[in-house]
Amino acid sequence: MKPPKFDYHAPASLDEALALLRRYGGDAKVLAGGQSLMPLLNFRLSRPAALVDLNRIPSLAYIEERDGQVRFGAMTRQRTIEFSPLVARRVPLLREATKWVGHLPIRTRGTIGGSIAHADPSAEYPAVLTALDGEVVARGPKGERVVRARDFFVTYLTTSLEADEILVEVRLPATPAGAGWALEEFARRHGDFAIVAIAALVVRDGARCGAARLATAGAGPVPVRLRAAEEILERDGLTDAAIDAAARRAAELVSPDSDIHASADYRRHLTTVLTRRALTRARTVAHA
Amino acid sequence: MPDAVTVRLTVNGVAHEGRCEPRKLFVDFLREDLGLTGTHVGCEHGVCGACTILIDGEAARSCIMLAVQADGAEILTIEGLAQNGKLHPLQEAFREHHGLQCGFCTPGMLMTALDLLRTNPSPTEAEIREGISAVLCRCTGYHGIIRAVEAAARAMR
Repeated sequence: MKPPKFDYHAPASLDEALALLRRYGGDAKVLAGGQSLMPLLNFRLSRPAALVDLNRIPSLAYIEERDGQVRFGAMTRQRTIEFSPLVARRVPLLREATKWVGHLPIRTRGTIGGSIAHADPSAEYPAVLTALDGEVVARGPKGERVVRARDFFVTYLTTSLEADEILVEVRLPATPAGAGWALEEFARRHGDFAIVAIAALVVRDGARCGAARLATAGAGPVPVRLRAAEEILERDGLTDAAIDAAARRAAELVSPDSDIHASADYRRHLTTVLTRRALTRARTVAHA
Repeated sequence: MPDAVTVRLTVNGVAHEGRCEPRKLFVDFLREDLGLTGTHVGCEHGVCGACTILIDGEAARSCIMLAVQADGAEILTIEGLAQNGKLHPLQEAFREHHGLQCGFCTPGMLMTALDLLRTNPSPTEAEIREGISAVLCRCTGYHGIIRAVEAAARAMR
């Protein structure tokens, strides 16, 4: 349970980090908070020729609001997000999700960029990025490109990032005033990866639902945006009946796998139950 | 070790310097190179929490961190909790409330509880349970641990 040999680099700038990735031509791994990569190295499931450690690049850690978005430097720690007043005010769903990310001593090291780039299908941040239809900024040799959440996650632990690109920023739209949000999760132990989690955001418009956003974790190889369930709410409002219909529709929109933790049927069942709970609580939080 | 790196850091207020391979885990560096064996190695993949230490004041797992990453850092391990022969209030509370049985997880429990109480000096019982869910106790002596953290919180306020 010790990592294999690798070259270790801790560049002081992003340009230097990108040059190192180019030099190793796909054989290097980017080390962010290390809370997923280090276990993979210890198990020797991953044997990169080199690690490019981003922890000595301070300019990659920030939280700022710009153009209606809250923007996070990729190396912003989850613990920083948990205590950020800006996040609590402007992206409260992310703050709630953060309390479900690993445990306290994981969140002190774990980063938003690392969690999203790792793309574990059970992780909370990819679900929030998907629900809010956020974006990530990737920087490579040809400069920067902005990738929408729906185009980012490819399959288990796989994203559309190129081997010579680094995820440098995460952008989430600021939550409109009066919106309600909730993240509901079922896991064996608080802090373990979700068996299923549902991220929800609703905007009330009088008696109607102006907008609904729903996405899953743990219910398939990538986070699933539950658009057809959202449409039920946007058409029929936030009544108990509409929430129930949306929750039942949600289970038809996912294709979970069976594994050692849960069967596909159980995950589908959880998708309905947690969607109903998340929407019911989000409705309480929202005010017209 | 041709590719050895130098690691300079402060542990429990004392400056240390060592040389190791870049792949050396921080917990192994603490135990083997610095002789600080109070930090325990449990699962070696970041699940059990026995190896939790404070790095620059924050709790972290030392088995999923490289020694080279601690270069320049200020570290607190279980050996640094008692001061001048006097137990830390958390240690007192664990002794008083039977917060340990075999003791294997105890260093991780104490270091995790220390960061929990630093950031939340008056936690509810649910918050304590959530906080220490970061550390596995295979004796399953959680009730004593929860009572000990509650008592320590009172003593430290």
